[in-house]
Amino acid sequence: MMLATEALKDFEKITPKKIPEVEPFSQGHRACQGCGEVLALRLAAKAVGEKLIAVSATGCMEIISSPYPQTAWKVPWIHVAFENAAAVASGVEAGRKALIRKGRFPDDGAKIVAFAGDGGTADIGMQALSGALERGHDFTYICLDNEAYMNTGVQRSSATPYGAMTTTSPPGKKSKGQFTWKKNMPMIAAAHGIPYVATASPAWHIDLMNKVKKAVTVPGPAYVHIFSPCPTGWRCPPEQSIETARQVVNARIFPLFEVIDGRFVLTRDIKKPIPVKEYLKGQRRFRHLKDEDIAYIQERVDADWERLMALVKATNPETGE
Amino acid sequence: MNGDDACCEGALAAGCRFFAGYPITPATEVAERMSHRLPEVDGIFIQMEDEIASMAAILGGSWGGAKSMTSTSGPGFSLMMENIGLGICTETPCVVCNVQRAGPSTGLPTLVGQADMMQARWGSHGHYEIIALSPSSPQEMFDFTIEAFNLSEQYRLPVMIMADEVVGHMNERVVIPPADQIVTVERTAPTSDPAQYLPYQPDASGIAPMANFGDGYHMHVTGLTHDAKGYPTMTAEAQAWMVDRLIGKIRDNADKIISYDTMFLDDAEIVVAAYGISARSAKGAVLAGRQAGLKVGLVKLNTVWPFPEEFFSHLSTKVKALLMPEINMGQMVLELERLAQGRCQVVRITHPGGAIINPSTILAAIQDVFEETK
Repeated sequence: MMLATEALKDFEKITPKKIPEVEPFSQGHRACQGCGEVLALRLAAKAVGEKLIAVSATGCMEIISSPYPQTAWKVPWIHVAFENAAAVASGVEAGRKALIRKGRFPDDGAKIVAFAGDGGTADIGMQALSGALERGHDFTYICLDNEAYMNTGVQRSSATPYGAMTTTSPPGKKSKGQFTWKKNMPMIAAAHGIPYVATASPAWHIDLMNKVKKAVTVPGPAYVHIFSPCPTGWRCPPEQSIETARQVVNARIFPLFEVIDGRFVLTRDIKKPIPVKEYLKGQRRFRHLKDEDIAYIQERVDADWERLMALVKATNPETGE
Repeated sequence: MNGDDACCEGALAAGCRFFAGYPITPATEVAERMSHRLPEVDGIFIQMEDEIASMAAILGGSWGGAKSMTSTSGPGFSLMMENIGLGICTETPCVVCNVQRAGPSTGLPTLVGQADMMQARWGSHGHYEIIALSPSSPQEMFDFTIEAFNLSEQYRLPVMIMADEVVGHMNERVVIPPADQIVTVERTAPTSDPAQYLPYQPDASGIAPMANFGDGYHMHVTGLTHDAKGYPTMTAEAQAWMVDRLIGKIRDNADKIISYDTMFLDDAEIVVAAYGISARSAKGAVLAGRQAGLKVGLVKLNTVWPFPEEFFSHLSTKVKALLMPEINMGQMVLELERLAQGRCQVVRITHPGGAIINPSTILAAIQDVFEETK
């Protein structure tokens, strides 16, 4: 089944000259200065357009965009609990499908998009997400990954990177900070064999919007994982947010790729990576790391990149790359 | 220190060496402090992937032999319910601190509520008894957490600390006594020959001695209805034996478990009964009432479950009215209504949550009742 490949055959790309003017997510919300997550969310909403039905898990984006009078949504929006965005999106899709089948209302082509942070995706929401991906609902799930529970005040999640300081992974004599490697959610999503998976960074905003647009274009479930800098939680200057989102890709820590019908496509090749140290030193959450810790991170990042390259090669035999 | 921090310190003083939790306002500070403090005493802190896993992990931790605890609030407490029932059924000592916020659902995450009181009592399926304490100050967060561990170890069940956002976040002086002055209780270890050991056969105290995994005793722990050996036994007789025991061990010891403080009860015509942060509002109102010459008394509940049934049943024959302020639409007051059986008036002073009940509101209610009953 080449569901995504087929659906994307005549895909009309968003280009710098053709950026959608619609803003389903408006200004006037109450996100922190330099929030990379809200920027990603706004771009994603633009890419989907006015047909968006938003399903929001508990998290920063819920709390900065929904309370009156700073409500920022111009489209149907439902806040669910922390763990169940994908399950509620499944219900929204199935309920609409049933009514459309009965002819109770026309198929208006609405795009159901569930979004959650890294905690709501990789920790508490993982079961609901896996169920929804497995059942094959026609919806898109966006993980806005700021690498910790920022809404409750910077606690670690399973997407917090190795070595990072959070309030529940405090570095000290008996701890390096976060001691586990970041959970690889895009690969977990891809393992479900869904039509479309992508990673994105707000530093490449056109790329980000195109990936979200592709995700809502393909039939069946799609998963987009967006790296979302959080200056407040990462202890870095707000004006460095985009730069941080660029460095993480250029250091090969967060590769930009797509998985289309199981085929891995590198969307940004990093031929001359910057050392991971360059990326880590800009954020105070990594300040305590010693050279040997950084060397370990570099080693694992290199190994992960090689593995991804091998997957790209293995799933694109005809290109001979 | 604040109440959440005091809860953490109380747990450590009681011997807690394993904490599994998940961030949730307004209980996050308990977990945060645990993540710093437990490694200092060679304990283990784990941030789990959700509250279901947190509650399950402390059951496992307890069977592993460590005094174990979790903390949470509203939605997390709801997620823990199935595993709380598992802890009741498997008679697993552990402590759950619920720093209550206003619900239902996400509700008011940063603001106070006391509306999980009946959920604490009945939230998991099946019929059982529980123990729940309600602190009204950071000092009591410290003291009651120790008490919660002691009760859980003694009676072998999850014990709940039903705190609230105001108590959790208020900063007050907390006196931590020297370690040798802190009384701690440890689960009774079996002394029998491992070949003869019955993990659910009560001894003379009415509670079964508990071996930990690895102690050399054969253990079979299950949430299925089980016999004294711990093996699933799916009969009505086995069910009766097990449920009677789970309920009996609390009901039969209710006098020893229940704790409350009283003020001005000797000549009181009207009594305000309260718990948690509302007990402090009530105290203010009662003192003001006394200054105004009203014969009003106070009962401050330290234990909320089991409820002091005999005490209130008796009290209802001596007073004109019982008043209960609580930050919900009437939960624990249902117990008062049940026990008073019409012998005295029972007045609800309710609040949907998001703010504490002002002493002036309670005083006005006291004055109203005096006017009506003149």
